[in-house]
Amino acid sequence: MQMKKKRGADIVVDVLVSEGVDTVFGLPGGAIMEVYDALFDAPFRNVLTRHEQAACHMADGYARATGKVGVVIATSGPGATNLVTGLATAYMDSIPLVAITGQVPRHYIGTDAFQEADVIGITRPITKHNFLVTDIKDLPLILRQAFYIAKTGRPGPVLVDIPKDITQQVSEYRIPTDEEVKESLPGYNPHTEGNPVQIKKAAELIRKATKPVLYVGGGAVLSDAAEEVYKLAKLTNIPVTTTNMGKGAFPENDPLSLHMLGMHGTYYANMAVYNADLLIAIGARFDDRVTGKITEFAPEAKIIHIDIDPASISKTITVDVPIVGDVKTVLKKLIKELESKPVEWIAARESWLKQIQEWKEKHPLTYRKSDKIIKPQAVIEEIYNVTGGDAIISAGVGQHQMWAAMFYKYSYPRQFLNSGGLGTMGFGFPAAVGAKIGRPEKTVFAIEGDGSFIMNVQDLATAVQYRVPVKIAIINNGFLGMVRQWQQFFYDSRYASVCLSVQPDFVKLAESFGAVGLRATKPSEVREVLVKAMEINDRPVLIDFVVDREENVLPMVPAGKSYREMILTPKQKSEAETMYLVG
Amino acid sequence: MQDIKVVKTRPEPEKKIGKHIITVKVQHNFGVLARITGLFAGRGYNIESLTVGRTHEPNIARITIVVEGEERVVEQIIKQLRKLIETLKVRDITDLPHIERELALIKIHTENDRARDEIMRLVNIFRGKVVDVSQESYTVEITGDNDKIEAFIDLIRPFGIKEMARTGTLAMVRESAASKEGVLD
Ligand SMILES: Cc1ncc(C[n+]2csc(CCOP(=O)(O)OP(=O)(O)O)c2C)c(N)n1
Ligand SMILES: [Mg+2]
Repeated sequence: MQMKKKRGADIVVDVLVSEGVDTVFGLPGGAIMEVYDALFDAPFRNVLTRHEQAACHMADGYARATGKVGVVIATSGPGATNLVTGLATAYMDSIPLVAITGQVPRHYIGTDAFQEADVIGITRPITKHNFLVTDIKDLPLILRQAFYIAKTGRPGPVLVDIPKDITQQVSEYRIPTDEEVKESLPGYNPHTEGNPVQIKKAAELIRKATKPVLYVGGGAVLSDAAEEVYKLAKLTNIPVTTTNMGKGAFPENDPLSLHMLGMHGTYYANMAVYNADLLIAIGARFDDRVTGKITEFAPEAKIIHIDIDPASISKTITVDVPIVGDVKTVLKKLIKELESKPVEWIAARESWLKQIQEWKEKHPLTYRKSDKIIKPQAVIEEIYNVTGGDAIISAGVGQHQMWAAMFYKYSYPRQFLNSGGLGTMGFGFPAAVGAKIGRPEKTVFAIEGDGSFIMNVQDLATAVQYRVPVKIAIINNGFLGMVRQWQQFFYDSRYASVCLSVQPDFVKLAESFGAVGLRATKPSEVREVLVKAMEINDRPVLIDFVVDREENVLPMVPAGKSYREMILTPKQKSEAETMYLVG
Repeated sequence: MQDIKVVKTRPEPEKKIGKHIITVKVQHNFGVLARITGLFAGRGYNIESLTVGRTHEPNIARITIVVEGEERVVEQIIKQLRKLIETLKVRDITDLPHIERELALIKIHTENDRARDEIMRLVNIFRGKVVDVSQESYTVEITGDNDKIEAFIDLIRPFGIKEMARTGTLAMVRESAASKEGVLD
């Protein structure tokens, strides 16, 4: 094998090229300058952001939208610590990222050198794995291992910390082969296939069930298994509810869709789960926002759980048939198994689906409409209309996030991006920029809160600089709305530190960055501004939707409570204490 | 919401608390120990003891961890250990026939000749060794399983323990039983 001789920094670029990287996001500084010098000639796009957190969310949004590994680069010390929230966000949602950080030169490590931080120590619990490069000979292998670990098994972020002197050092090197990468990680062997005995057992339970529900999570999206989920649901005629992260794994306009379950799930999804006799969990992890009170979650159901991560299985709830494996692979086998011995699926589901239809009619997903004041839900519905239901939506965290989840109907995987696990305010807009860069053919909307958007507002400059024509819809309620809602419901309407009484003029703010700013204050203007926004395709457009300030997200199952205690309809503020009735 | 009248609950598995001995084979990279201890600390799991050392294989270390906890928590610990990229093998050997050893160094106050005699007697019974002697103390080395060491400590405590260091438990599955049960894969 022929050996080349290069600088560490150039080796980094070479490995990125060999991994098929087409975009990196980041911001330079002393310890990473050599790498930036090499990036200057790199044959891929290098996006300079205005904050490393935004860079991390951009790489994350890029990864979520494309399925590829996102790459983020930062300098040592403060650059690296600014990645922390972004890495934790990606870690919680199992998003494949590779973060490359500069570190002080080796002989300075441990001396409290300028811009030194123990980045390996800090990021250990929020990465799937991390590496400190201590010898340039290891550099190509470590970088390849990082990509391999990030994208295989249960995906996640991997950080590689490279001391500056290694990036400057010149060495002979060669890029290791796939085989060598695998062999170098003897302890890392994700189970993908699924145990055939367990798959048979699962099929038997499905055949016998009379009230089954498919509960589909982000794992189905990550494993690109939407097609298989659809096939399974259609074959067996089983209704499907998805988590926030599972959105798009099953088309929400399909009659079998129950939409989202859990804290802000639909009445009919939660009723179906509560009454189910079989729950088929697919790439979902029984998060507390989904289950509510764990002892009353699907209380009578047998549970099948398909997941690539053995640690996710029986973590919070004991399941009957665990299947460890890649969702797509396992579903293919399960479908085959079911097809080998079909039953009368249509007849078997008749009464169950009829019951579900009744629930759907009794409490559809809805809200009180108004022609005087803009209802946030109406904005989401109108975004759905003007984009023909085809846009990628990226949300911040709060009420607007939940409305974006509930009132836009998702039809394909990787269409709804949001920080489901960590709940990171400030995620939505930069993630939208990353998504638009990765999927330029799609309309990408950031649905943002006035609180959330401000947390990464500086990166409007990045979107303008690289002419990334994302749309930003600010659901401006002048509040940290979700916290206000909880205060209204559970803290006697004591609105402590939630009123955003001073805000920038969002239109002028956008304009000052060189983006377009629009505003709607009346329901009649909503469609108009959206149509206008859709016509602008050479730069970002921000729309400030001034909405009903105290609208609430409903239905709601209060944290840690049973689905029985779901709050369904809005009531007067004074009745806050009696908002929910114990069944 | 008053649609659900009858409260139904999932049967809860009974909570079993017990001591577990977990052996972990890892790639001996730097930072691997921090990864393992961090996993316990970050999740609030309590470690009773943890020992690390090299093995006969190059770059492979073996860790023995003793934890006391609820069944489900211990199961989660084991899964999390397996998830670490650098772990090669994780086993809960609690219920397998195994050998357990710990070494303790104990500096015991020696008040007078009677105390010296009595301590020597106990050391002999426990098949320990006196490894250092001074005017006022014996330093004793003792090995055995946890129970034996605890028993010894209880007996010599009245003399006055000046200092003590323990290695924590090392454990290994017994070959005969292991091969019989086919657990050595
Ligand atoms: C970084 C961060 N800090 C705090 C929170 C807690 N939090 C959750 S929702 C929310 C309010 C969000 O306000 P806004 O973005 O305006 O959205 P709204 O709920 O008003 O739609 C807050 C503060 C969080 N999720 N993330
Ligand atoms: Mg708000």
